[in-house]
Amino acid sequence: MRRAKCERFNPAPRTPHPAHLAMAHSYTPGLRVTPRTVVRKRRILPIPGQVLVNEGQAVTAATVIAQADLPGKVHTVNVVNLLGIVPDEIRRYMLKREGDSVRAGEPLAENRPFIKWLKTRVPAPITGTVESVSEVTGQVFLREPAKPLALSAYLDGLVVETFPGQGASVETPCSLVQGIFGIGGEAAGTIAVGVANPEEALVPERMTDAHRHTILVGGSFIDREGLARAQQVGVSAIVVGGIRDLDLKALIGRDLGVAITGTEQVGLTLIITEGFGRITMARRTFDLLTSMVGKRASCSGATQIRAGVIRPEVIIPLTPPPFPPPRRGEGEGGGAESGVRGAKGVETQALGGGLKVGDQIRIIREPYFGRICRVAALPADLQVLPTESKARVLEAEFEDGQRALVPRANVELLEL
Amino acid sequence: MTGSTRSFGSAQDKLTTGGSTELTRAAEMAAILATDCGSTTTKAILIEKVGGEYRQTFRGEAPTTVEAPVEDVTRGVLNAIQEVEELSGRKILDGEKILTPAEGRHGVDLYVSTSSAGGGLQMMVAGVVMAMTAESAQRCALGAGAIVMDVLASNDGRAAHEKIERIRHLRPDMILLSGGTDGGTISHVVEMAEYIRAADPKPRLGGGYMLPIIFAGNKDARGQIQEILGDRTALVIADNIRPVLERENLSPARHMIHELFLEHVMAQAPGYGTLIGWTGAPIMPTPAAVGLIMEKAARQQGLNLLGVDIGGATTDVFSVVDGQFTRTVSANLGMSYSVSNVLAEAGLEQIQRWLPVLLDEQDVRNRIKNKMIRPTTIPQTQEDLALEQAVAREALRLALDQHKMLAVGLKGVQQERTISDAFEQHKGGKSLIDLYRIDLIIGSGGILSHAPRRVQAMLMLIDAYQPLGLTRLAVDSIFMMPHLGVLSQVNDRAATEVFLKDCLIPLGSCLAAEGTGKPGEPCFAYTIRFADGQHEKGALRFGELRRIEWSPEAEAELHAEPSRGFNLGAGDGRAVTVKATGGAVGLILDARGRPLRLPDEPSERAAQLRAWAKAVDLYPE
Repeated sequence: MRRAKCERFNPAPRTPHPAHLAMAHSYTPGLRVTPRTVVRKRRILPIPGQVLVNEGQAVTAATVIAQADLPGKVHTVNVVNLLGIVPDEIRRYMLKREGDSVRAGEPLAENRPFIKWLKTRVPAPITGTVESVSEVTGQVFLREPAKPLALSAYLDGLVVETFPGQGASVETPCSLVQGIFGIGGEAAGTIAVGVANPEEALVPERMTDAHRHTILVGGSFIDREGLARAQQVGVSAIVVGGIRDLDLKALIGRDLGVAITGTEQVGLTLIITEGFGRITMARRTFDLLTSMVGKRASCSGATQIRAGVIRPEVIIPLTPPPFPPPRRGEGEGGGAESGVRGAKGVETQALGGGLKVGDQIRIIREPYFGRICRVAALPADLQVLPTESKARVLEAEFEDGQRALVPRANVELLEL
Repeated sequence: MTGSTRSFGSAQDKLTTGGSTELTRAAEMAAILATDCGSTTTKAILIEKVGGEYRQTFRGEAPTTVEAPVEDVTRGVLNAIQEVEELSGRKILDGEKILTPAEGRHGVDLYVSTSSAGGGLQMMVAGVVMAMTAESAQRCALGAGAIVMDVLASNDGRAAHEKIERIRHLRPDMILLSGGTDGGTISHVVEMAEYIRAADPKPRLGGGYMLPIIFAGNKDARGQIQEILGDRTALVIADNIRPVLERENLSPARHMIHELFLEHVMAQAPGYGTLIGWTGAPIMPTPAAVGLIMEKAARQQGLNLLGVDIGGATTDVFSVVDGQFTRTVSANLGMSYSVSNVLAEAGLEQIQRWLPVLLDEQDVRNRIKNKMIRPTTIPQTQEDLALEQAVAREALRLALDQHKMLAVGLKGVQQERTISDAFEQHKGGKSLIDLYRIDLIIGSGGILSHAPRRVQAMLMLIDAYQPLGLTRLAVDSIFMMPHLGVLSQVNDRAATEVFLKDCLIPLGSCLAAEGTGKPGEPCFAYTIRFADGQHEKGALRFGELRRIEWSPEAEAELHAEPSRGFNLGAGDGRAVTVKATGGAVGLILDARGRPLRLPDEPSERAAQLRAWAKAVDLYPE
């Protein structure tokens, strides 16, 4: 029952609960890497506005499809303190009423002393309109003029649906590459390649002025010198296999805490396809991107790794379309249908299904992180890992014929 | 709609108006089904009467289906229930209807649920003075199970236009506005209301409904608040949460938050309208239910307890000290989605200090980021497991630090001070978390509940919290505290029985000495007398860690005598005699000192960690 010193601790046997088994089936849905699909983006204004396109209209990535006026910032002026009066008297001293326009410096309120040179005026700090006057606190609220917000189509494609006052859906037959993580917002450019093979790192010497405004494809890695060179050249976006976290920190100027990205202003969009570290880009991703050199594409680094997953993406519209776009509300089999919220958020349909023997997979955790292999066997029973945890595993076969047991939770299906 | 005495919605009416009938039903219940709709997984448990007592018998889980493409929470609930059906052989569903009442192996007597899907309940709170009404408002919202997105106050250091911009950009589910004591000045709280009006905030879930705002401040300001916010928001009035400086009155506003959560937030979430119709008690925010069961357990057993639920995205900390319940949530400390934020907040060195094997900075950083981008992966190697457990120690530590800041006595209250108080500098109220007085620490969340060895969970908690004196530790077996919390509203007995028998897994006890010394100096000697008459003696030197295996059923008297400079709870060098219980791990005697200091030199530190690991059998050989 007790010993002063443990010899060997036998953890209480954990019943392999069937619910555990059910969850153990799950694995990260594969990222989409496909030469042909149809992507539909729902482009919605953050606030109601005006839609400028019609169903059936062809648009380019830069076409403004909807616009809205963003209400201006509110400023407060404590008039009663400045005039030395009490709040319920404020209206008697106001020169402007609710709804009136004011220019910066124009008097908002003034007192009426017996001696004129003691007069105090309260100038408006901004140009805008008087929103409200409070008789309780003596504050006056001024609002700056509204700012126009233009929502672009993001893709070269066709408007397939409009949402009055909100936005529209734009659809395009395309090649699609989803990355695992990115930073920076939406960008467009032509596809260019800066390496000879997916194992090679994208180095500063390979980037020239010819790469300005391009979506530049690297191989396994880019470091901080490479990123600095890309910024200097004016590359629109970089797509590489991996990046070191320390270089990411240097790029964005902080330690990234939560994986919600897309608003960084670093002069380019960065998309990594495999993960953190130096990792060879998956051959099919590399081959697909390099087959598209010179073509126009749209991309986004926006990533959100929580419920409602958003992954970064490169969308290369097919020109001319090889097949007619599907009718409204009907996606191509297995095609990605995406939405954009507030011109940023993208919803990507989860993919996946059961793993099968022969499937090509990527291992996404140590000790085989980044290796691409095939499923050789799917043992039904739970297996004990070196950590002593029990998990559902698969037997992976590498290109050299070596085999290893890997938790099913640690692989990603490579889908086409 | 004004007034502070509104009752709950329809489900609550079943409880409050049912009276004795409800109690009779509760007593007769033979089968109860409960679900927790989490942000990624919906977990269902079945509780059945076995031999006259309630036991948790089966469970099932399925992915939560609040998001596209399904966008209907009931799908995930039905899938999880189906799994329970298959495992238990009890027929629970008739198509998409839950069969009630239970008759033999058919149906259940009650179905209850909690929810944190879709990001849970997200609130913004505002008060007048940051350390007083704003802090009370924060405690109120957190206690109701909310994530507090921001705390605004007249003296929060932000200019008026910055406050307005902040309110405008946040899209909370609701706002709690407090400020002023009853009968005090009204202008400051009215000013906050004016800022809210100017910002014209929109609810997170959009749609055509107005943002709910609860005003729980100076009652004399209600008229003005109504005038300012009544036409633009769904304003409700609750009793002042700080009617006088010396007292907090959080309950009415907290109930109002739950009511609005059901009526506004849940009603907007896909499928919840249907789900609300299925449940026999109001759906509760998950953390509120966890808090409820912890609070009840602490009160029933007369314990001071500290609970933690470390999830993928957030870490919740609960404490019940002298009957006072406090909950905090660290929204961005977690083991998957937020794992990288633990690194950002704690710093690399703080994580590396727990690694028994040296890993360089690039490697640690890349591994943590890779976990962030692929949150469902699991450690396959010991090295990776040790790294995750190192991160967990820091997440637990940081979350407790944040909890201590809010689990305090009321600030702004004049208190009698003794000479000893004068030497302790407190900016505001004194923290309620005195680790000598914590009887029980409960850990929950995958990293603790599913640690391959229970001693790993125990040591993570000990290293992170550094308990003092004698403390019991336990883990939640399968995270069923939310289910039991919501159930306790209807059937307290069932909830308590299952909580004690099936939910908690006792790990054992930890006896730890406060103080510091030179390695090898005597720290404390101990004698353990078991009920069967056997006894065991020993002594620990400073820097030692020892484990004594000891089953949960065995209770013993533990007598320990600390050397001068060390305190086991009775004072410097004073002996203690306490009743201690065992558990899956047993008794950990911790003479590593408090505060726990690790060697600065990396290889020396790693060697020390390996020695401690060997002493308690932490990892395989």
